[in-house]
Amino acid sequence: MSPTRVLVTGLGVTTPLGGDVPSTWDALLAGRSGVNRLEQDWAEQLPVRIAAEVAVEPAEVLDRVKARRLDRSAQFAMIAAQEAWEDSGLSRDDMDRERLGVAVASGIGGIQTLLANYDLLQDKGPRRVSPLAIPMLMPNSAAANVGLFVGAQSGVHTPVSACASGNEAISLGVDMIRLGRADVVLAGGTEACVHPLPLAAFGQMMALSKRNDDPEAASRPWDVGRDGFVLGEGGGILVLESEAHARARGARAYAEVAGAGVTADSHDIAQPHPEGFGASRAMAMALREASLAPGDIRHINAHATSTPQGDIAEAMAIRATLGNATDGIVVSGTKSMTGHLLGAAGALESIATVLVLHHRLVPPTINLDDRDPEIDLDIATKVRDLSQGDAAALNNSFGFGGHNVAIAFTNV
Amino acid sequence: MATTEEIRSSLAEIVNEVAGIPVSDVQLDKSFTDDLDVDSLSMVEVVVAAEEKFDVKIPDDEVKNLKTVGDAVAFIERASS
Repeated sequence: MSPTRVLVTGLGVTTPLGGDVPSTWDALLAGRSGVNRLEQDWAEQLPVRIAAEVAVEPAEVLDRVKARRLDRSAQFAMIAAQEAWEDSGLSRDDMDRERLGVAVASGIGGIQTLLANYDLLQDKGPRRVSPLAIPMLMPNSAAANVGLFVGAQSGVHTPVSACASGNEAISLGVDMIRLGRADVVLAGGTEACVHPLPLAAFGQMMALSKRNDDPEAASRPWDVGRDGFVLGEGGGILVLESEAHARARGARAYAEVAGAGVTADSHDIAQPHPEGFGASRAMAMALREASLAPGDIRHINAHATSTPQGDIAEAMAIRATLGNATDGIVVSGTKSMTGHLLGAAGALESIATVLVLHHRLVPPTINLDDRDPEIDLDIATKVRDLSQGDAAALNNSFGFGGHNVAIAFTNV
Repeated sequence: MATTEEIRSSLAEIVNEVAGIPVSDVQLDKSFTDDLDVDSLSMVEVVVAAEEKFDVKIPDDEVKNLKTVGDAVAFIERASS
């Protein structure tokens, strides 16, 4: 028996490029950078004073009382979930909510709530710590709040695998549907750690770009001048739905999630395997699960964070996995525009990948002025057309801890 | 020394800030949970904000007795007299 097909029937985001899917997609195609100089007072003392903050503040969108009970990361997830849910056409009153699940990932969780309440404890004592601190800072808070919003009564999960988290949530959502535990899963990720502590901490790992004087040029995957990633924030949610459920209600589908590959490097806590063995096995696993051959892949949204080692390891892994078929694949590094959304990166970039298959347009990689000679890929530097006919695409996400997740999408 | 109405009015502003309830709905006979939709965690927020505002202590054991806005106003009047 062939596995249950899983379709993408709704999309929602809030990102450094826009407060919803249409504005984010338009900015991706326009090659616009979402990276900005940090103007907050606390930024002055930091060696890294740039980040990709969301284009639309949550306070402009969410009800004030609801927003004050949510960490910024959960606010992003709720905004994305509301758009995705509406986009799917589903309604909590018209479906079996025991068949509705959630998998919303985060790399770091409610860190801003945690740190703000620690400051309150220090400055004003335990009585001033918020009674909402725990439900706001717990890593599953975003998933649980999305679950409450749609009324999900199947599993509500929070995969945590650093920068692979968003893709891992999509993989988990597919598993839930294929195992028969749910008909519909809201899957994605969220992250909100543009805050001095994570900026200082990532800075101490020498992971961040220090191009403070030219923020829009700071995220430059595969360019010889790349010097680290740019911290981004935001959230993305995909509505995953079994084919049978989607067909029964005549739903519009953007793409099919054809397969996922999940592996671990077992090499180092922070450094990727230098030749990307784990990444390569993840891509191969996704192809196998999707019954795809390398020649079926037309597009890859690469993890490509703009770090010196990581970009090379991934490029080697792509060629090792896909061989000569690599020459026919148009690759994008959309973090050049969005920065790195950590636990939301896989969700945002999966949505970008789905939209490539849907619109048949590949977004550019910006700031690729002088390609690293070690990179042997066909990288889009302006908008490219995706060939007509059946097409498959991969989205890669890799995280600290050696986590690798590749998702294979196909057109419908 | 604040009047009953002044205390009710200040408490109403706190309930509005925490739970979004219109200030005019926060009347003495209203139950925090049944009428004003103030859940147990929000009630803690209201209590802590009231302690700050009126410079009183509201012990944890006392909070369960504050079922209505009137109960809270009366407690604050007693505690600050």
